[in-house]
Amino acid sequence: MAPNGVGLPAFTNAIKTGTSGITYHQNLKEKGFSCCIGGIPEVSEEKKLEYLTTLQLRGFNSTSILYGCMAGIDAWKDAGFSVDENSKLDYDSGLIFGTGTSGIEKFREAIYKIDAQQVRRLGSTSVVQTMASGISAYLGGILGLGNQVTTNSSACTTGTEALLLGFERIKNGKAKRMLVGSSSDSSLYTWGGFDAMRVMSYKHNETPEKGSRPMSASAAGFVPGSGAGALVLESLESALERKATIYAEVLGGNINSGGQRNGGSLTAPNAEAVQKCITDAILDATISPTDIDVINGHLTATSKDSLEIENWTKALQRKGVNFPYINSLKSMVGHCLAASGAIEAVASVIQVKEQFVFPNLNCEDVHPEVLALISADKIPTKMIRKNITILAKASFGFGDVNACVIFKKHEH
Amino acid sequence: MTKEAIIEELRTIVKPYIQNEEGFKNLNENTDFINDLEINSANLVDIILDVEDEFKIEIDNDSMEKMLSVKATIEVIQTKMNA
Repeated sequence: MAPNGVGLPAFTNAIKTGTSGITYHQNLKEKGFSCCIGGIPEVSEEKKLEYLTTLQLRGFNSTSILYGCMAGIDAWKDAGFSVDENSKLDYDSGLIFGTGTSGIEKFREAIYKIDAQQVRRLGSTSVVQTMASGISAYLGGILGLGNQVTTNSSACTTGTEALLLGFERIKNGKAKRMLVGSSSDSSLYTWGGFDAMRVMSYKHNETPEKGSRPMSASAAGFVPGSGAGALVLESLESALERKATIYAEVLGGNINSGGQRNGGSLTAPNAEAVQKCITDAILDATISPTDIDVINGHLTATSKDSLEIENWTKALQRKGVNFPYINSLKSMVGHCLAASGAIEAVASVIQVKEQFVFPNLNCEDVHPEVLALISADKIPTKMIRKNITILAKASFGFGDVNACVIFKKHEH
Repeated sequence: MTKEAIIEELRTIVKPYIQNEEGFKNLNENTDFINDLEINSANLVDIILDVEDEFKIEIDNDSMEKMLSVKATIEVIQTKMNA
């Protein structure tokens, strides 16, 4: 459920062709935003009805829950399961689906009603759409999952963290499979605070598709995005037994925090902790840094991009022409915030399965600080076909939190 | 407003929430929202809000608690409308 493609075939095509999902939004302009561009997935009313019932859509005003349900249901079906409201309760399957805030537009509605002394007019739909775990509550019921059903939240690390939490639960033998992912609302109320922090780009309101410029010398802040991504994780034995489509194997990963020490803060990363997160992920996956063929970075198009590249070069002890290929999905969809890790993880496993590296948009002018660290041809601007065995994906978030996951191609 | 007219309005109001088509087809004065129509109990408050909008009345907490069946609902509506 990405701004540049809704559903697996459309999204796969979009990332191969380097299609931008960033558009101009007049409502941002009207509310006085400096940045008036953003990424919003396109969903028609008819499409919604393929996923939610008319009753579920009554008084419904939460795009994060909508996107999460759509992504989760698609992933579940793609993994070979059916969606049936009378299905037998499945105690072996659970879900961890993260979000930053849930149903922020619904929350706004509720605040206006309460302030107008109409609390009783909230009806039954306010709580379930605004509770953080709304998305896992909706999906858990639609799919009939009987294992752990929960929501995690760790800013822009959320999706990658959800994936690793699900991975650990399966590894620990507590579940056979876990649906993991994350979602984020398409809402100016989600984006406004970032605009106020001056971390969103205001220089490309006339040229939206040029706005998101990770690793570029002319990067001027991130472009806000929204949507959801979901993956079904399963023990290899169970997946093979079911003859499920295997996009990639999760070899391992790591989640840590920089503790807002050594240069880390609520909003800036502790570089040492970022590097440790990557090296610990490599150790956990029992691979060598030289095994990594491709990196799908966090790379938001803020001034921190070159620091991220530096962290990768130090963690991997690889630079210049020896650095792996690296790309940032944010050049196409913007920064989908809490959803970013999950959407980017989906893009990562598609690359591993189909053996290609998607292009980076808008970095014809690679930042000199990046070029001082890695060779320009490691930052493809056109899709390249490549034998990928190992791909590393990392996400970093406010609160100085980090997550890195190592994917491996499944050999049949 | 006659009982029959109110039942007709209620039929439209409860339709989105019902989970038992058979019960809905046979909707009458003795129909129970939860037992016969299998309406999720959380949705009862939504039905009450819809009734308020449709009949332009305000329903107090005590009356709300009684509104579990068509019959009780008709009584509440008639009382409020005649008040």
